[in-house]
Amino acid sequence: MPKLSPTMEEGQISRWVKNEGDTFEANETLAEVDTDKATMEMTALSGGTLLKILKGGGETAALGEAIAIIGQKGEDISALLAETASNGGAKAPEITAATAGGESVSNGAESKPQPAAPPPPPAEKPATPQPAAVPQTAPAAVSQRDSGSNGRMIVSPIAARMAADNGIDLRSLTGSGPNGRIIKRDVESALQAPAKAPAASFTPSTVVGASPFRDENTSQMRRVIASRLAESTGPIPTFFLTVEIEMDNALALRKQINATLTDETKISVNDIVVKVAAMSLVKHPFVNASYQDRTIRFYEQADIGVAVAIDEGLITPVVRGANLKGFAEIGAEIRDLAAKAKAKKLQPEEYTGATFSISNLGMMGIKEFTAIINPPESGILAVGGANPTPVVRDGQVVVRNIMNVTMSCDHRVIDGATGAKFLQTFKQMLENPVLMLV
Amino acid sequence: MAVLTIRDALNQALREEILRDENVFVMGEEVAEYDGAYKVTRGLWKEFGNKRVVDTPITELGFASIGVGAAMAGLRPVIEFMTWNFSILAADQIINHAAKMLYMSGGQFPVPIVFRGPNGSAYQVSSQHSQALEAFYANFPGLKVVMPSTAADAKGLLKSSIRDNNPVIFMEQERMYGIKGEVPEDEDFTIPLGVAEVKREGTDCTIVARSMTVPLALQAAEQIQKDFDVSVEVIDPRTIKPLDIDTIINSVKKTNRLVIAEESHSFASVAAEVTYQVMDGAFDYLDAPIKRLSTAETPMPYAKNLEQLALPSVEKIVAAVKEVCYL
Repeated sequence: MPKLSPTMEEGQISRWVKNEGDTFEANETLAEVDTDKATMEMTALSGGTLLKILKGGGETAALGEAIAIIGQKGEDISALLAETASNGGAKAPEITAATAGGESVSNGAESKPQPAAPPPPPAEKPATPQPAAVPQTAPAAVSQRDSGSNGRMIVSPIAARMAADNGIDLRSLTGSGPNGRIIKRDVESALQAPAKAPAASFTPSTVVGASPFRDENTSQMRRVIASRLAESTGPIPTFFLTVEIEMDNALALRKQINATLTDETKISVNDIVVKVAAMSLVKHPFVNASYQDRTIRFYEQADIGVAVAIDEGLITPVVRGANLKGFAEIGAEIRDLAAKAKAKKLQPEEYTGATFSISNLGMMGIKEFTAIINPPESGILAVGGANPTPVVRDGQVVVRNIMNVTMSCDHRVIDGATGAKFLQTFKQMLENPVLMLV
Repeated sequence: MAVLTIRDALNQALREEILRDENVFVMGEEVAEYDGAYKVTRGLWKEFGNKRVVDTPITELGFASIGVGAAMAGLRPVIEFMTWNFSILAADQIINHAAKMLYMSGGQFPVPIVFRGPNGSAYQVSSQHSQALEAFYANFPGLKVVMPSTAADAKGLLKSSIRDNNPVIFMEQERMYGIKGEVPEDEDFTIPLGVAEVKREGTDCTIVARSMTVPLALQAAEQIQKDFDVSVEVIDPRTIKPLDIDTIINSVKKTNRLVIAEESHSFASVAAEVTYQVMDGAFDYLDAPIKRLSTAETPMPYAKNLEQLALPSVEKIVAAVKEVCYL
């Protein structure tokens, strides 16, 4: 049983594609195997004949356990059969000839046994014996690269640079160099080929003052989720989560605070929403994150983009580190940014590089709506107005100020449960603002 | 322009500089009455006499020392080593004295001296007489290292070396003394030290070669052009130190591929240095790992067939270019 997912410890044969006695070529699928992650195709590394199936459909085998014997037609396998029977089928060497073809195409299988090294380069070398120093280097270097290429894309520097300059996704290319190295001519031929709808790519902002971040490698599972869902709904597979929030305590808090403030510094409901969202974000790193294809970028502070309507449309100035700022400070900043936005005086660093956004149409009488994610952010909150609404509390119908909030989530990063947990924190804090002190 | 051998171009340079500056003199084993072991100094003793062309005993350390002292006292000696292999005996004078005197005297004593002679392999002269020592000398601050590959370069660079106020290691190649080329007749024709020359323009691959590997690289380039329609650029740095790395980097930025051919051994060689500097200056432009061809890591064999196999060749250069071009 080969390793077909990074974390699998055993695999269940879903079905054998080849039957005993069937011959196959290299890269042909031999069987489908259910791993802890998905059903993977197990493909042949070299051609041969499937002589004996040891684990049938539905049976489970540990990593390295013999599941079949392959070889040449008519080969005597009685000794092997005896051996696998006597040691419980553990680690019969024949089986290491099969590997995870399905995965290796996209990212190289984790424990993929390497095929024999490619033939030593130029056959045109003189037939006379070579002095030691010259030919030594080539095969050694090749085998080194072999062992180092697991899961890595090999790209020559100029090819990487040309691809980046031309917005070509390197993963869409097939390398024609040694060990599949993507070289200049591969990029050149891709440039000549008609464009075939490249996957959307977003350059992360590097605005000074923007949140620091760390990039973590995207897991295979995340990548599959990302590509499948994106295929289905467009570049950003979005789903929506709606929550009802009782705003009475938050409104009371606002009243208390505003009683101490001068008219021009009073805070709005939205200022509270921004602060609470920011505080919730730092507790839920996956929501305060950005999908970057091979990595997920986790931001350390919550830089909140606040949608502001202006004559030509809208713009989202950014409140940096809103999780660290007080209501009044946030309020003052938003007022200042909104004024600048309306006067078209916003500097680029003031409206780019948010880690999350909030759009509030409550003051325009909207009860509930959905907002569109502003990439590369992963989420946006659509905030409706807080309106007196009859609700049932302890079996009684009572009136509470209810605010509906809908979060649009980028499913490449945020799963339903992840988003729901974030909204839970957000709701709890708004309903019991004292929790903000915890 | 006159067509001269490298040997005669060097002779012309020496003669012109002896005539031009009374402080210039030539010294070494057999340079005077015998006209030089390789006839580079032919006729000079007859024309200029004992004062300007001085025969020495077989004492490399001794006459190198006299040369350094003479240079400190204001003369401009041109010291011939019968081959650079023998300079190893005088290495203390070259490295510890010539190279460091200006620095250690606080700028009081420049050492305007040229050490010259053939470097690298010859024809079956075996292990002790076939060494290419440029990387060794280029490693020491205070020395310039010059390696011409054509008659014109030989003349222009030797004249610049003699006029230079620093010690210059001037390395010729015994196999190349008879190679002919056009040489400007102007007595003030010089080639500045530290300037590379593109010997052949190309777009797909750069070969950096020096001394004996330059003609090999040019031949390889023609063959590759013919067989594969791949356009190879050949660059001769001409001066190893100071090295004109900009010309090389600009070429690699254009071609994205680099092969370096040299006659020295590979470990810590000039090719290793060029490789580092190109990686440093043009990493993002490379399409393939840089490939170098050096002499095999073995003392030079005496046997003719083994000697040929140990040395860089047109075939090996062609194979290396094909490899970096993914052909």
